[in-house]
Amino acid sequence: MPDTGKVDVSVEDKRAADSSQDKAHPNTCPSCGSHYRDEELQRNLRVCPQCGHHFPVRARERIEQLADRESFVEEDAELRSADALEFFDLRPYTERLAEAEIETGLGDAMVTGAAAIEGEPCRLAVMDFAFMGGSMGSVVGEKFVRVCDGAAEAGVPLVSVSASGGARMQEGILALMQLPKTVCAIEELHEAGGSLLSVLGHPTTGGVLASFASLGDVVVAEPGALMSFAGPRVVAQTTREKLPDDFGLAESNYRFGHLDAIVQRSELRPTLARLLRLFAQA
Amino acid sequence: MRLRARLSKLGAVKLLRGTKLSGELGRLQDQLERLREEPSAEEIWRSVERARHADRPYTLDYVERILEDFFELHGDRGRADDHAIVAGLGKLDGRTIVIVGHQKGRDLKERTSRNFGMAYPEGYRKAMRAMALADRHRFPLITLVDTPGAYPGVAAEQHGQGGAIARSQAAMVRLSVPTVSCIIGEGGSGGAVAIAVADLVLMQENAIYSVISPEGCAAILWRDAGEARKAAAAFKPDAAHSLELGVIDAIVPEPEGGAHENPDDAARLLKDSLAAALSEIDDLDPEERRRQRRAKYRRMGVLAGL
Repeated sequence: MPDTGKVDVSVEDKRAADSSQDKAHPNTCPSCGSHYRDEELQRNLRVCPQCGHHFPVRARERIEQLADRESFVEEDAELRSADALEFFDLRPYTERLAEAEIETGLGDAMVTGAAAIEGEPCRLAVMDFAFMGGSMGSVVGEKFVRVCDGAAEAGVPLVSVSASGGARMQEGILALMQLPKTVCAIEELHEAGGSLLSVLGHPTTGGVLASFASLGDVVVAEPGALMSFAGPRVVAQTTREKLPDDFGLAESNYRFGHLDAIVQRSELRPTLARLLRLFAQA
Repeated sequence: MRLRARLSKLGAVKLLRGTKLSGELGRLQDQLERLREEPSAEEIWRSVERARHADRPYTLDYVERILEDFFELHGDRGRADDHAIVAGLGKLDGRTIVIVGHQKGRDLKERTSRNFGMAYPEGYRKAMRAMALADRHRFPLITLVDTPGAYPGVAAEQHGQGGAIARSQAAMVRLSVPTVSCIIGEGGSGGAVAIAVADLVLMQENAIYSVISPEGCAAILWRDAGEARKAAAAFKPDAAHSLELGVIDAIVPEPEGGAHENPDDAARLLKDSLAAALSEIDDLDPEERRRQRRAKYRRMGVLAGL
C-alpha cells in the first residue's frame, strides 16, 4: 500500500484477487516499515511501538480493549441481511455476504451489546471494517437502532466505534435509508435523556460519517483516521484539485472544528470512562 | 421478485392518494398497469436519462409555476450563499409554505454558479435555517430533491460535509410542521437524503433515487464506469422500485415522454400531488406526526427471515 493516509475507501472487494498480491503484510507498519508478530501488535493495542501508527482493530478485539473483562453481553447477533434487490454484480450479493461471514466470523459489519468501561455501564456499537468494508446496510442500521433503544431503556450512554467505507451499494436505496434511520434512533435516544459518544476509527467515510457517527454528543477520533464524506480518490478525480497531505484526516478535521478530540488508542478506554462518568444519569 | 406481490395493492392505494385531485384517471390506470410489471433494465436506464435530461424542469421552474409571492432566502448566516440549494417562502393555494430544493443550472454559466446542483455544507446549513424558520412560524415544509450528490471537494470536506448532511437529516426528523419531499430528478445519495426526510416522500415517475451514481457503482463493482447501465439495472434506482421497497410514499405522474416535454403539465401534476400529500398530514397532532415520521424511517430496511 503506497500511502496509508489515503486508503482506498471503496466499500467493496478490497480482497479482489489481482491487487491483493502486492499488498504489504498486514502486520508491517505502513508508516515506518517495522514488522511485528501478531501477538506483539495485539499486546500494544495494534499501535506501532516504533512510530505510533494505529493499525485497524477488528470489532471483537476493540471490545476487548475497551470493555471491562467479561462485561460484554452481545445483543442481536442473529440479524442477517436479506437480498431485497437480488443484487448481482460480478457475483451475487448473497455469496459475498456468506463469504464475509466465514472470513470474519461476524453476521454483519457491526457488533452491539451491553458492557461496562471502568465499571461505568454503557451500550457498545462497534463496527468491523473487515466485513465488506464496514459498509452500512439494513443489519447495521437495525442493530444501531436497537442498541439505541437498549441504551435508552437502561438509562446508560451509547458508545459507538465506527470503521466504515459508507453505505453498502449492494442494498441500493435501502442502504441510503439507513442514514435517516440511524439519525431517527439518535433523536429518540436524546429525547429519552440518553447520550451518544462517537469514536471514529480509520476510516469513517460516506454514509456513516453523514449519519450517526457525526451526531455524537461528543465526537472523538483516533490519530490518522480518515474521516471524509467523499474519499480522497473520488475528490481527486472529480475536482482535479491537489489534495492537502492531511486531506480528510482526523488531524485536519480537528483543526477545522469537526472533532472534540483526537485520542490515542492507549488513552481511549480511560477517556471513555471519564466521559461515561460525566454523562451518567443520576 | 419477492416483494412484487405487494405492489399492485400498494401502488393502487398510494397512487390514488397522491393524485386524487388531478382527475387524470386514464393516466393513472396506465401507470398502475405499468407498475404491476417489473421495470426492465431498459426502462430503468430511460429513467436515468430522463432524470438527467438537460431540459428537465428544476426546482425554480416548478416554484414559478406552483407558488405565488415567492421570496427567495439567501445565505446560511454563517459564511456563504450556496447556489446549489435554493430556499424561500411562497404561497401554495393561498397558504404560506417554506420550500427548499436543489437547483441545477440551465446554461454553462448558471451550471457553474449552481455547481451542477452539488451543494457544499453551506447549502445544507441554508436549508436548515429555512427549516427552522418553517418550524418557528408553523409553515409546512416542501423540499424538492435534484442533485447528483453532495459536492466532493477539498473545501466541502474542510467545512464539514458529512456532519452537515447528518445534521440536516436530524433537523428534518425534529420538525413539528408537516413536511413533504419530492424527488424531481436525481436523488443522489447523502446529498439528496439530507433534505428528503419527510412525513411523505414523493417521487416523479422518471426520477431516480440511489445510494451511488450508476457510474460510481460501476467503477467500484465492475471496475469500469462504462458499465453504468448494468449497475443501474442491479441497484434499481427507479420510482417503481423505490415505492415497492417502501422508500417513497407515492409516485407523481409526468406528462407523456417525461417532465421536460411539458413543464407546465408536469408542474400541475406535481402541485396536485404536493397539495394532496399536505392535506393528508395536515390535521395530525404535531407530536403524532413526528412520531409517525420517525416510525416510518425506523422500519426502513429488509432483514433475512422478517
